Amino acid sequence: MPLLEIRNLSVDFSTTSGSFRAVDGVDITVEPGDLMAIVGESGSGKSVSMLAVMGLLPWTATVTADRMAFNGHDLRGMTPKQRRRIIGRDMSMIFQEPMSSLNPCFTVGFQIKESLKKHTDLDRAGRQRRAIELMQLVGIPAPEKRLTAFPHQLSGGMSQRAMIAMALACEPKLLIADEPTTALDVTIQAQILELLTGLQERTGMALILITHDMGVVAETVNRVQVQYAGQKVEEQEVGALFDDPHHPYTAALLAALPERATERRLPTIPGVVPGQFDRPEGCLFSPRCRFADARCKAVEPVQASREMGLALCHYPLSHGEPTNREKAS
Amino acid sequence: MSEAILTAEALQRHYEVGGGMFSSPATVRALDGASFALTPGKTLAVVGESGCGKSTLARVVTMIEPPSGGTLAIEGREVGPGGAASDRDLRAMVQIVFQDPYGSLNPRQTIGQTLMEPLKLNRPEVSAEERERRARDMLRMVGLRDEHFDRYPHMFSGGQRQRVAVGRALMLEPKILVLDEPVSALDLSIQSQVLNLLIDLQEKFQLAYLFISHDLSVVRHLADEVMVMYLGRPVEMGPKDDVFAHPRHPYTRALLSATPVADPRHEKNRIKLEGELPSPMNVPPGCPFNPRCWRASETCRESFPPYEGARHRFACYHPIED
Repeated sequence: MPLLEIRNLSVDFSTTSGSFRAVDGVDITVEPGDLMAIVGESGSGKSVSMLAVMGLLPWTATVTADRMAFNGHDLRGMTPKQRRRIIGRDMSMIFQEPMSSLNPCFTVGFQIKESLKKHTDLDRAGRQRRAIELMQLVGIPAPEKRLTAFPHQLSGGMSQRAMIAMALACEPKLLIADEPTTALDVTIQAQILELLTGLQERTGMALILITHDMGVVAETVNRVQVQYAGQKVEEQEVGALFDDPHHPYTAALLAALPERATERRLPTIPGVVPGQFDRPEGCLFSPRCRFADARCKAVEPVQASREMGLALCHYPLSHGEPTNREKAS
Repeated sequence: MSEAILTAEALQRHYEVGGGMFSSPATVRALDGASFALTPGKTLAVVGESGCGKSTLARVVTMIEPPSGGTLAIEGREVGPGGAASDRDLRAMVQIVFQDPYGSLNPRQTIGQTLMEPLKLNRPEVSAEERERRARDMLRMVGLRDEHFDRYPHMFSGGQRQRVAVGRALMLEPKILVLDEPVSALDLSIQSQVLNLLIDLQEKFQLAYLFISHDLSVVRHLADEVMVMYLGRPVEMGPKDDVFAHPRHPYTRALLSATPVADPRHEKNRIKLEGELPSPMNVPPGCPFNPRCWRASETCRESFPPYEGARHRFACYHPIED
């Protein structure tokens, strides 16, 4: 049984200018011990879909799904109270800006022990012991001293470690890391990624890494899900994805990486991600796609087979060439 | 090699901070002895982590702030302590593009007004019609359309705004463009569009770029020369290929190995750096990198190493041999 199973998840936000669909029919399956990434540019709905799973979206959001289950529990009809028994314990999340996601009014120790108090029956001394243990686990030197520090007394890297310690407090089965290293320097980023993958290996928890950095993806995870404008467009093992992307968007994104450039001028993707008012008919990527034809601009594509990376495309690519053309004409 | 257009010799910028009623002020050595030259049509990339002084360097080169030590000369004219305020021609010669295109454009000015403002202030002799004509030409040059002229910044995407920011910087026909992380706020698919624009403009106008970035894959693609900085000091500099292929300074090596490579088959050979960046308020004595360096010895803790090498220079007592 998958640890997290989501079918056809959609999130609509009601704004003053009408309803806006941020996530559009996304499927996510996470097995226990999985190490996967959700990749996409801004506006691809990668963070929103995970916030929907955590139940952290504001009231303006409407979440619909055919199935949304974690560890056998249906998350859809759950009351906030029931949900709080799961999030923070079996499923936890770390965010992009460690500086702004810690509460500046309380010490780091208090914030780590808070979730222990909520979810475990450890006594005061036991919580203190566990908090020190966690701080050691995430590599914070002099843990006893740092427990009494306030967030502003820690550097960015240290704050992110404290956030990870907090998320790991109750040994979650699933950890969602939303751009955990984007705000950090590269040498610190390397330390944090190593810490996360090391912990994942040791504890056997599942890890979902949300990122836009293809380098981080290539070095860290096993499986990748690519999202574009709220839709899941492709899913593959990491090696296969980099070798033979099946969706034209993935292919174009990889080609735009400076380190893959063969000439001085980089290949580009024309245009921009569609916004609230300019969502195209048919395939959402068709206005920017170099392979698009009349059918792409009129008919919404359906998912291709698993061999073709579940690509949401009429003509999924195989080694850079579109397939299925003959069938269409 | 053509003549350098800008030369900096042991450039310094120190700030005094703190100092209340009972405490004496501390000195932050934000930039401590940078020497380099910019050449027309070439790009010097400055890389380093936060606090290494790369943005201070940008501010000093743009003459937003005067250097507190060392010399800065543009086309042979030395920049005095008054900076560009006393020499308007110098100001027009160096222009800057900032990181955040959302923050660097005035939301109450149309794109046209934004583009015309530098001319209005610095070239009062240019007539209004001529100003508008030049602004419209520039709009097309940076890949925007004529109808964008009367629109406001909020109607544009990040990539388009960065095009406007580049266009504004070029209105005074500068010879040097300082690019302070120009693409790091942009999505990957937009990033390549802006990088191509920068390459085109450099070829067209033979601009000298000072390209500041922490993204080594962008630097590797764009730069001709690279300067690696750590806590206010350049630790290694030289032609791009030499620095990337044969880094001599341990910090450069560590920085290169920490940068993720977008290739799952790439063999990870990571040098783990212990500890964090020290605060620029409290730079360790000797070589600033010594507390995190695995090759550090007693000498490293005592004095800053002298620069060695000719084209490819580095400051290290124990450089990496290969």
